[in-house]
Amino acid sequence: MEEILTAVIPVVIISIICGTVLVIASKLMAVKEDERFPKVRECLPGANCGACGFAGCDGYAKALCENPDTPSNLCTPGAYAVSKKLSEILGTKFTDVAEKVAVVHCGGDCSKTQDKAIYSGIQSCKAAKLTYGGKGSCTYGCLGLGDCMNVCPQNAIYIKDGIAKINMYECIGCGICTRACPNGLISLIPKSENVIVTCSSKDKGASVRKICSNGCIGCKKCERVCPQGAIKVTDNLASINYEKCRSCPDFGICAESCTTSCIARGFAPNPTRAARP
Amino acid sequence: MTKLVIILLSAVFVNNYVLSRFLGICPFLGVSKKLDSATGMSIAVIFVMLMSTAVTYPIQKYLLEPNDLGYLQTIVFILVIAALVQLVEIVLKKYAPSLHKSLGVYLPLITTNCAVLGVTILNIDEGYTFIEAMVNALGSGLGFFLAMVMFSGVRSAIEGNDVPENFRGLPITLIAAAITSLSFLGFGGVVENLFS
Repeated sequence: MEEILTAVIPVVIISIICGTVLVIASKLMAVKEDERFPKVRECLPGANCGACGFAGCDGYAKALCENPDTPSNLCTPGAYAVSKKLSEILGTKFTDVAEKVAVVHCGGDCSKTQDKAIYSGIQSCKAAKLTYGGKGSCTYGCLGLGDCMNVCPQNAIYIKDGIAKINMYECIGCGICTRACPNGLISLIPKSENVIVTCSSKDKGASVRKICSNGCIGCKKCERVCPQGAIKVTDNLASINYEKCRSCPDFGICAESCTTSCIARGFAPNPTRAARP
Repeated sequence: MTKLVIILLSAVFVNNYVLSRFLGICPFLGVSKKLDSATGMSIAVIFVMLMSTAVTYPIQKYLLEPNDLGYLQTIVFILVIAALVQLVEIVLKKYAPSLHKSLGVYLPLITTNCAVLGVTILNIDEGYTFIEAMVNALGSGLGFFLAMVMFSGVRSAIEGNDVPENFRGLPITLIAAAITSLSFLGFGGVVENLFS
């Protein structure tokens, strides 16, 4: 009996001392946490996609609690519902989320352009890009090996006919794919817009025409027909200013007039997302 | 002085805790995927090894040994190290939030890590003095750091390669770990002969 006690008592005493020290320390040095933080964090979708520009949902929730100037409408995946809840919790003014969607600025699929080589290296766009700019004859275009597909948290991206396509109904506008593409072909555009330039080639018209029937040749026809002056051709490539495009009375005229049909009509708004009241 | 240098070098290279003694394999395989998390974890390990040696050495010498309680060594050490790491975490959170941010995730992970416990117990078994024990703890921590940083490099090299499907994931990691560990066998006997 005595041997057991001589072993147990010191251990118990040491545990009690350690426990007491820990309790005192945690009371003395408690760091106050904002009580709104768990609530705010719960509202956010938890996808940690980084669309808000902060390091994951935790980072955004922290910024919202600590800095009252942080806008509550940065969560594009959460859209209207999350923004509304956040503004209720934080007592800030409600502003609707500018919903965004990712689009691929390349339309050069198998039927429009050809390969210049056979690539059998590591199956990733980044690796393919390093070997003579990829296997396609256009070095600006989609490499088709699916780096964007692999990072998409929603599995909204698929490869069809050798180029990446985005399912607009699944896309939550987080923008992870925009950083994954080595050619920078993917960009986020406001969800309500639906004309997009499906080419990123900055080559001169003649050489673009030679390798891809979908390419922008920089003919500036769209620039002339656009009633809003929203389209600008720079470096042989058309780009659309969506601020001006929004109020276009003659919507879609640019897509119809484009000689190589590289300006495309996009998509209908997503019926599955929560409707706005 | 020469003895301290020998202890330090042999703890880093010859008796590397991960690659020669096979202690602390769990974080070695778990956290070595990225260089920054491997570095963070290793710095936390160095820190905790030093702290726990500083605390457990007096406990052994002045509490357990005089009372013939040497057999309680393992359980008392675990208890004290766990409490100590918790305490350090609380203190860091209050007074050094930035350090807590970078080490905070890893501290609870290593409270009862076998490498940390191994250092404290081996210090006693080898009959080191307090200074020697501290130097050994530092060396062991640095050895852990070396192994982690090296292995995270190896793993990132594996990542970019086309690994046969059956070997993907853990199998190839274990093979790589074995080869890295083999390479450390080459240090055997080097340090002792450096100063003779």
